[in-house]
Amino acid sequence: MAERPTPRIAPERFRALFEPRGVLVAGASTHPGKFGFVSLHNILACGYRGKVFATNRDGAEVLGVRTVADVEELPDGEIDLVFVCTPAPANPDLLRACAKKGITAAFVASAGYAEAGEEGRAAQEELVALADELGILLAGPNGQGVVSPPANLCAQIVGPYPPAGHIGIASQSGNFVSSFENYAQLTGVGVSRAVSAGNAAALTVPDYLEYFAEDPETTVALAYVESVGDGRSFAERLRTVAERIPVVVVKGGATAGGQRAAASHTGALATDDRVFDGVARQIGLSRAASVEQGFEVAATFATQPLPRGNRVVVVTTVGGWGVAAADAIGRTDLELVPLPADLQTAIDAELPPRWSRNNPVDMAGGETRDTVPRILEMVASHPDVDAVVFLGMGIQSNQARLMREGPFWPDHGLERIVAFHERQDARYAEAAAEVSEATGKPVLVATELAVTWPENPGPATVRATGRLCYPSAERAVAALDHLWRRARWLDRRGLR
Amino acid sequence: MPTLSEADSKALLAEHGVPFPPERVVATAEAAVEAADAIGYPAVVKLGGEGIAHKTERGLVRLGLGTAEQVRAAAEELLAAARPEDGEVHLLVAPMLRATRELIAGLHHDPQFGMTVMLGVGGILAEAVADVSFRLVPITRVDAEEMIEDLQLQRLLGPFRGEPPVDRGAVADVLLALSEAATRRPEVASADLNPLMIVDGRPVAVDALVEVR
Repeated sequence: MAERPTPRIAPERFRALFEPRGVLVAGASTHPGKFGFVSLHNILACGYRGKVFATNRDGAEVLGVRTVADVEELPDGEIDLVFVCTPAPANPDLLRACAKKGITAAFVASAGYAEAGEEGRAAQEELVALADELGILLAGPNGQGVVSPPANLCAQIVGPYPPAGHIGIASQSGNFVSSFENYAQLTGVGVSRAVSAGNAAALTVPDYLEYFAEDPETTVALAYVESVGDGRSFAERLRTVAERIPVVVVKGGATAGGQRAAASHTGALATDDRVFDGVARQIGLSRAASVEQGFEVAATFATQPLPRGNRVVVVTTVGGWGVAAADAIGRTDLELVPLPADLQTAIDAELPPRWSRNNPVDMAGGETRDTVPRILEMVASHPDVDAVVFLGMGIQSNQARLMREGPFWPDHGLERIVAFHERQDARYAEAAAEVSEATGKPVLVATELAVTWPENPGPATVRATGRLCYPSAERAVAALDHLWRRARWLDRRGLR
Repeated sequence: MPTLSEADSKALLAEHGVPFPPERVVATAEAAVEAADAIGYPAVVKLGGEGIAHKTERGLVRLGLGTAEQVRAAAEELLAAARPEDGEVHLLVAPMLRATRELIAGLHHDPQFGMTVMLGVGGILAEAVADVSFRLVPITRVDAEEMIEDLQLQRLLGPFRGEPPVDRGAVADVLLALSEAATRRPEVASADLNPLMIVDGRPVAVDALVEVR
């Protein structure tokens, strides 16, 4: 086998950016509305464990940090990362001084570079050349920040600070870093690293993704991309990443640059979006249709095993949801597999005869205390089933809530039945995770309660198991389809 | 960018394995009749030349010629229709193929990604339907098979109106041949196989247009 192409930037150089021993905020401000205040606030508030330093023109104290006016006054060799909030013209001298202190990474939040016209572009080129000469890894400029929960680092000029997990995020737009972080916070499926590439003057999205493939904290990459630059190089590099970890891509500007005038029919059909879509399929990217789907697909890769095949069984407590799930499966490359005869016989023994006796397995309200966990276990462990979608969790707790909040609580036996209902939904969520772990197969749980009432013991317990509770069967199926398509891409290329 | 004549386009692509019907390039009406006699009737006669890119629009394609007389008459008319700017012209004599299913395939140089190979649902509605799939050149057989899977109109590829299913392996061969042509012949700027007819389940490129740089 050919040797794997090496990343453009040596992975160990990223340690200064994502796992710095000490951080310097350059241009710390006493004004709570300024980047130089907010970034220092966020670093301190999110519990960064390393040493924090700051510079301020007047040497004022900011948030309890004694700042210095001059980098010269800082200790040698204790700081790896400088978070730069100073105005662009001050930054070349700043970087030189930082390099002398042993700083090897800079995240430049300052604006006034290529986004600001010709002069800014020249300043940016100068900054890149200087960083290169000084051996400083340069992120940004004009970027929102870098977040690294495993290091408790939130060097970012905005919120939120997402929980720790295994999704590595790199984005050509800072806003979408925030969007993905918001979803991480909502769902509890966490982030390993998140970085906004800003103007991507030196470090580009492919550089970060190459690092994620090497990073032990990251198991899936999630990227927002608008422009690909040199498409050949982009494709070759991302393919190498995709061979190692799932790469979920949300592509912006997909409808821009429509059909071109072309002499050939082929050329007339070649829109940017169609070509990108084909490239994504060829190099094994999981292309998501929206930011929301991008996060869900990445969260699914981070929390579910890859299926061996595409045979799905839907398990539901009541009918309509199962029908919707079956319809959704029909629109994908997944197969709603006919229920194997021996599985049907086994389920017959668990349920009254009114159950669907096919796939979807609709229990038709016939379940008793242990039915759901038992059926999930039977279905998932059957050799002709590759994945399970479970629907109908949370309805018992919905009723329990009405009882809790109604005027009869806790009399008339309400307390006891409410406890039972809530315990049942939590059990279902636990069973889904346990069965998935025991069988090595994906088991996805969907209910709109994930967004309408996330504290419901059903979705809350899914969250506690570290998995994603999908807001609808359609969204669970779409995510599962991405898992299957990646599995198939790997299989067909002998990569699994 | 200059285009090659249909005959030269076909010759270039055939060298890398694109399947074309047996056809002949001749200079005179008499030779056209001889060619049709050899190939069989009904026949197609087209006027070809390096200056001629879109024959259909100019009425330079005569289809379904059932007899030697019809071939002779068509050939004479076509030669008379040549314009000075067409440069040196010739007649292309081919068997008349009939197909209910048409695909389109080709090569396109994308400004961001470079050379790509395409497969799509063909026919006169090809651009409106836009059921197409692209890949970067070079492709592997797995890529080619996945391009066929990408097409939305999968039912078109199964058994259809009494015809056998499309031979997917043979379609993949066409895509691999195009990819190979692009790799080996860097002067190729674009290529169209339109239509790529499905005859008895197998793809045959009835027309070809190659742009060179």
